[in-house]
Amino acid sequence: MTMPETQTEMAEPLIQVRDLKMHFPVTDGILVQRTVAHVKAVDGISFDIMPGETLGLVGESGCGKSTTGRCILQLEKPTDGQILFHGDDLGSMGRADLVAMRRKIQVIFQDPFSSLNPRMKIGDIIGEPLAVHGIESNSADRNKRVAELLTVCGLSPKMADRYPHEMSGGQRQRVGIARALSMKPEFIICDEAVSALDVSIQAQVINLLEDLREEFDLTYLFIAHDLSVVRHLCHRVAVMYLGKIVELAPCDELFDNPTHPYTRALLDAVPVPDPTIEAGREHRLVKGEIPSPINPPSGCVFHPRCPIALDKCAGPVPELRELRPGHFVACPEVS
Amino acid sequence: MTVSDLPGSGSLEELGVQNSWTSTAWSLIRRQPLGAAGLFIVLVMIFMAVFAEVITPFDPEENNFEFMLTPPGADFWLGTDQFGRDQLTRIIFGARTALYVGFTAAFVGAFSGLVLGVASAYFGGWFDLLFQRVMDVFMAFPLIILALAVVSILGPNINNVIIAITIPFIPQCARVVRSSALAIREIPYVDAARALGFSHRRIILRHMAPNVMAPFLIMLTTFVGQAILLEASLSYLGLGVQEPTPAWGLMLQGGAEEYAESAPWVAIFPGLAISLAVFAFNMFGDALRDVLDPKLRSR
Repeated sequence: MTMPETQTEMAEPLIQVRDLKMHFPVTDGILVQRTVAHVKAVDGISFDIMPGETLGLVGESGCGKSTTGRCILQLEKPTDGQILFHGDDLGSMGRADLVAMRRKIQVIFQDPFSSLNPRMKIGDIIGEPLAVHGIESNSADRNKRVAELLTVCGLSPKMADRYPHEMSGGQRQRVGIARALSMKPEFIICDEAVSALDVSIQAQVINLLEDLREEFDLTYLFIAHDLSVVRHLCHRVAVMYLGKIVELAPCDELFDNPTHPYTRALLDAVPVPDPTIEAGREHRLVKGEIPSPINPPSGCVFHPRCPIALDKCAGPVPELRELRPGHFVACPEVS
Repeated sequence: MTVSDLPGSGSLEELGVQNSWTSTAWSLIRRQPLGAAGLFIVLVMIFMAVFAEVITPFDPEENNFEFMLTPPGADFWLGTDQFGRDQLTRIIFGARTALYVGFTAAFVGAFSGLVLGVASAYFGGWFDLLFQRVMDVFMAFPLIILALAVVSILGPNINNVIIAITIPFIPQCARVVRSSALAIREIPYVDAARALGFSHRRIILRHMAPNVMAPFLIMLTTFVGQAILLEASLSYLGLGVQEPTPAWGLMLQGGAEEYAESAPWVAIFPGLAISLAVFAFNMFGDALRDVLDPKLRSR
């Protein structure tokens, strides 16, 4: 497995996110709605994803991981910033172009119970996009393709006649994957795709995602909070905190040499599956609560909870700087 | 507490496993006796409406002055009216008018409301706000006043009556459906459908509308009852179906004022027919709600 090298610009990135901002207005008032504040869910993040690469996006609940995914999917209209796919700006595309582009960018959702329409049979759920986009307009061909997709995802073709409620969580998640694959996408956003599954099923689905990546040359944005899964699957990892990327590095580099205080705290919180080591470990717990994204702290958003914070951390917002080749960190104090 | 009181009992029947017609009917009668009675009356009405010519020996519209205002008896079971027409025949043919108006108005009104309500929830924002205020304007009118206004503008005939009854139904249904659709809009399969590049129309009709079926079906059945009552009211006021077409409201009007004391059967039987029909559809709608709502089902 070779590591794509962003800094040498060997190939054109598949996805480029440029200074993405998603601020949700908080409105008040009965008759006239006025905006009283903004929830800064995503506040100016940038990253590239190379073809064939899997980028992990980690962080605690509410840090803007999923919102970033939804913006790339154009399910939300970003407040500011650009999302380029093969160099084309998705935000400025017309409806027809966007529909064509949607075929290339697909999503697998977290909850396998709510991501499938309960009133449709599995065959229709997977076959519908094929019919709508005219990929397989003949119904016999379509059924054949559905059977193929089910087989690829480790399900029996007979499942096409079932309804979602007749399947287990793992099976449903495989249906969700088959639906995403039906459009022959280049890029799949896995939004907590395995978080809702049992550990044993998780492993199966992760292996499936890995196999599919090889087979169909897929590129993933893997949004997760489970760090061990991310370490297993991803080439590079971006750590988000309160709408900002605080550290971005190749996977092993990040796990072996975490530099940002938040990343270190996050990795420290992962339990070690050995009671003797676990008992002797020193936990560096992060003090305080996560601040509200409505009024994020000035300067570095992590400074009120940071163990190494200085007075100047409340000043200018620290930019991502390249500490080592490919290893970016948004903290001027670490080395 | 017996086994049949336990939540989940009879679930095999509900799932349709190894199920015969009679056992379904029996379990319905046992659990929803009023609903089953309502369904029975509805089915009888439909039978009457469809086979009216076959089951009645008289002509519903032909005057027969020989037998004017005959009391109920062996020849005329429910008596005759002031033109000598058999009341039973006219009630049976009246079922046809009532069901035609009731079903057409309810289906058109409820389906328009369904599409508009789901669309309003799906698009949200300004469209939703504007649409809901327009619906408020319509809902500010009492049902009968709005229907009266529409008929007096368009003129009284059976199709205008249907239009007049349909219009007030649309906002009622749209409002109820919208509230359910708002919740459905946030469920990931709608996001998945958007991410797959489906058109708005497809998402509204194929992905959202089928998932608000429970409240929708209840609205639909209640609407049929309401529409029958409205049609009778409009006909009674002379703004609905016109003579000599047999319609319950019209029969009531013909008999209520002049013959209330001398020939009460002229007004009593059509009145009974109206009450029974509305009662039947409401009971059926209530039972449907209980069956479709899992939280009420176990009681």
